[in-house]
Amino acid sequence: MGTMTSKRESGTVPNGIGRSVKRTEDARFLLGKGRYTDDLRIPGQAYIYVVRSPHAHANITSLDASEAKSASGVVDVLIGSDYLDDGLGTLPCIWQVRNKNGSVMAEPARYPVAVDRVRYVGDAVAVVIAETLDQAKDAADLIVVEYEPLAAVVAGPDAIMPQAPIVHNDAPGNLCFDWEIGNRAATEDAFSRAHHITRLDVINSRIVPNPMEPRSVVAIYDDIADEYTLHTSTQNPHLVRSLLCKSVLRIPEHKVRVVSADVGGGFGVKCHLYPEEVLLTWAARRCGRPVRWTADRSETFLSDAHARDHVTHGELALDSDGTFLGLRVSTVANLGAYLSTWSASIPTYASAPNLAGQYTTPAIYAEVKGVFTNTVPVDAYRGAGRPEANYIVERLIDAAAREMGLDRVEIRRRNLVPSAAMPYATPLGPVYDSGDFRKCLDMAAGNADYEGLAERKQDALRRGKLLGLGVSCYIEACGVSPSRANGISGGRIGGFEMAEIRFNPDGSATVFSGTHSHGQGHETVFAQIVTDKLGVPFESVMLVQGDTARIAFGHGTVGSRSAAVGGSAIVVAGERIVAKGKRIAAHIMEVDVEDVHFEDGEFRSRGTNKVMTIAEIAHAAYLPINYPLDQMDPGLDEICFYDPTNFTFPNGTQICELEIDPQTGHVELKRFVVADDFGRILNPMIVHGQVHGGIAQGVGQALLETVVYDADSGQLLTGSFMDYAMPRSCDLPSFEVSYHEDSPCTHNPLGVKGCGEAGTIGAATAVMNAVLDAMSSVGVDHMDMPASPSRVWRALRAATSKLPRPTASASATAGNGNQVGNAHGE
Amino acid sequence: MANKVSLTVNGRSVQREVEPRTLLATFLREHLGMTGTHIGCDTSQCGCCTVLVDGDAVKSCTMFAFQANGTSITTIEGLASDGRMHPVQAAFQEHHGLQCGFCTSGMVMSIVELVEKYDGLDEASVRELLDGNICRCTGYHNIVKATLAAADVYRSGSAAATHTDTLLRS
Repeated sequence: MGTMTSKRESGTVPNGIGRSVKRTEDARFLLGKGRYTDDLRIPGQAYIYVVRSPHAHANITSLDASEAKSASGVVDVLIGSDYLDDGLGTLPCIWQVRNKNGSVMAEPARYPVAVDRVRYVGDAVAVVIAETLDQAKDAADLIVVEYEPLAAVVAGPDAIMPQAPIVHNDAPGNLCFDWEIGNRAATEDAFSRAHHITRLDVINSRIVPNPMEPRSVVAIYDDIADEYTLHTSTQNPHLVRSLLCKSVLRIPEHKVRVVSADVGGGFGVKCHLYPEEVLLTWAARRCGRPVRWTADRSETFLSDAHARDHVTHGELALDSDGTFLGLRVSTVANLGAYLSTWSASIPTYASAPNLAGQYTTPAIYAEVKGVFTNTVPVDAYRGAGRPEANYIVERLIDAAAREMGLDRVEIRRRNLVPSAAMPYATPLGPVYDSGDFRKCLDMAAGNADYEGLAERKQDALRRGKLLGLGVSCYIEACGVSPSRANGISGGRIGGFEMAEIRFNPDGSATVFSGTHSHGQGHETVFAQIVTDKLGVPFESVMLVQGDTARIAFGHGTVGSRSAAVGGSAIVVAGERIVAKGKRIAAHIMEVDVEDVHFEDGEFRSRGTNKVMTIAEIAHAAYLPINYPLDQMDPGLDEICFYDPTNFTFPNGTQICELEIDPQTGHVELKRFVVADDFGRILNPMIVHGQVHGGIAQGVGQALLETVVYDADSGQLLTGSFMDYAMPRSCDLPSFEVSYHEDSPCTHNPLGVKGCGEAGTIGAATAVMNAVLDAMSSVGVDHMDMPASPSRVWRALRAATSKLPRPTASASATAGNGNQVGNAHGE
Repeated sequence: MANKVSLTVNGRSVQREVEPRTLLATFLREHLGMTGTHIGCDTSQCGCCTVLVDGDAVKSCTMFAFQANGTSITTIEGLASDGRMHPVQAAFQEHHGLQCGFCTSGMVMSIVELVEKYDGLDEASVRELLDGNICRCTGYHNIVKATLAAADVYRSGSAAATHTDTLLRS
């Protein structure tokens, strides 16, 4: 048995914390045995097809579904008036943001199916229920809807122009809210003292999260028990249940079970209550049949919440040596046609409080106008507000460095919050508990060979390329969230997490968690925590997630919270297991409880050689023959609702190096180097994977992805993978990822900060700063995302100096890369 | 109107009546209940539905079921045998080549073809050859690593590689 030392190094327990344990969940996915919602087959099931509006904005003047209802295989067709007749409610937003004058935001009604007016291309108009999907689709063509088209508005800034079409009559001027944060007077004062002011207008482009599994819903109604079961591909089953019951169906929560089994990626877009979840629950009861719906990809583009879409003006005030004095940011955030579940919180509380970044900027003021447009609703996506904050701050810093002739890394170093200043209160509210920003910046700059940049640029020029390097220092408020912080800012939802550790009589343990893994590997990592803390063999720990009937409560997986909040709940539940186990052990060993010591899965009494394993204690708890029944209940099953006392603050530096071919505008990523501080690392293999995927999504926005709406008709022009460029293997390099563990989180028992969103938060900025570094050498210093070949090529036409061409000797050696070797099989 | 199709799926012969418009992907999932093959898009862009048709990696949403008449199909469910993962599957677990698992079926099937048919794979060629399969989780870093590791297993002519040959010809 192990030593009795009280302090153990992280990473020393087999399959414990800090080990790159291979994932438990992999086998079923690799063998084709995953259990995604669309894989369910329910006896008696009927299929649903949702008829959607082809207009961006129109009144429905008539809707005739009679022919469709009598078509072959059709069970029923449901429309908006049926929904109203059934007296059902609207889909709520869970954050109520206040205007500058203290009044509350506009919250126009959002019905899951249009009642008399459609407000975006894709707005649901009718629900067809049929025996097969093909029959439902065929019948959809027989529904006759007459529309009276109205003028549409798709861009945020256009929506608040005086003559703009009005999306909701109860949201004058299309304004949802006009919100502010920070000290305006102090910031203006800082600007009045500035030696230099850098001003910048940026567009944080609209994108579509696009997890590879399209959303899918199966709803079952049990008319005997009057209960519903809703299988849905959600990140947050308890939230779906609460909102569905309270705001929409108006039935008690115990009447609805929400199950979310394997989910094929979420990235924030699956943490909302969606119209289809409401429609299927309703339809299952109306037609007395289990019903199923899965989006096809084109429907994903029209019905999944979109993301970002900020138009921002930022100003940075500096003194003569480059010290930041003040920051002013003004944003118009496009919210789409309706408020989605989290939407109002994303450009406000999830974004602006992060504007201090890693820096000591003493005075900051931000204002955000949230506006309605005739577009798909906009909501959270990996980073959710924090990438937008990072983007304006880090682009401003690069612009300031260029304007003042300062080195980009040096100006950042000069302004970083020093580690000695922790805990550090930023002017906008967040209090950073720990972090060594300088360390990550130095690690990344060293690994990226920042010193050798000038030489590499010269080499690229000889090859006819423009080489650029971009730096982004990010910090993010994660580990969402202290419930009190939610309440203060208008949240209508708590932020704690629940964990239950239930020992079984044989000593194996079942962990119930309210978080939800859809790729993050919780089955593995949570078992590592239990193995490490309680000494239960890794193989003897099982995770239950994603089922409101089995799990007491939870807030799902969003905001990089699962390890920091969900993991902490597991640790505290484990401490309660140990506390009870000590009392059981003391009774059986006939010693004082104060003399019982727990280490590596064993209870030992000081001064004796008595020892009991945790499995033996579990057995005694379920077979309480020799047991202190006068002091405590039998059983070994502890629960913890863990409410964090602060956010966590993952931080780091990302550096991107790329080359632009001025002849084609093509941007080739050469290196992507990051150094992160996630606090303690639970599973390095999984953390690296999270960072890789996060970077790819940030790069996607920077170089490839963008949503385009036709400004006149409001038609979505990028409605499939044919028109919307997803990052592919050939668009990306391998990533160079490193981290340090010297600044653990100080306020949770694991010391973890979270790693899920970090990659995305800094990556788009690092890429764009690199693109601009490359282009500014020829006099082009502005570019909005995506830096696609056509846009880069066009921008370079404005170059003020001569574009490079390959020299004869360089071109002779170029062009021998990326050849596919020796195909012989075809 | 229905067509009769007769084909072999993972070594098992199957006969079914299908509508002409039924895609092979739909046939596998809905008619045979083999849900390991996933559908991630409707424009044949994502590769989630990739299966082997007579040994060639094919996006099963690009074929009608009746076009597969007389073929031998291998899906993700048919790759492992004797309780042992195929080398590509094993490499994915070893190198963390999957996260949510949704693109994984098609990705693995594409890579099985790739390591079988190409010698001298390196990072650049793998990245070019895999551009028909989209993964949203991994950033491809570990998929590339897993592919090169599996290719090494093939190059070294291990027993596992032989096992796959047998499987594909069954």
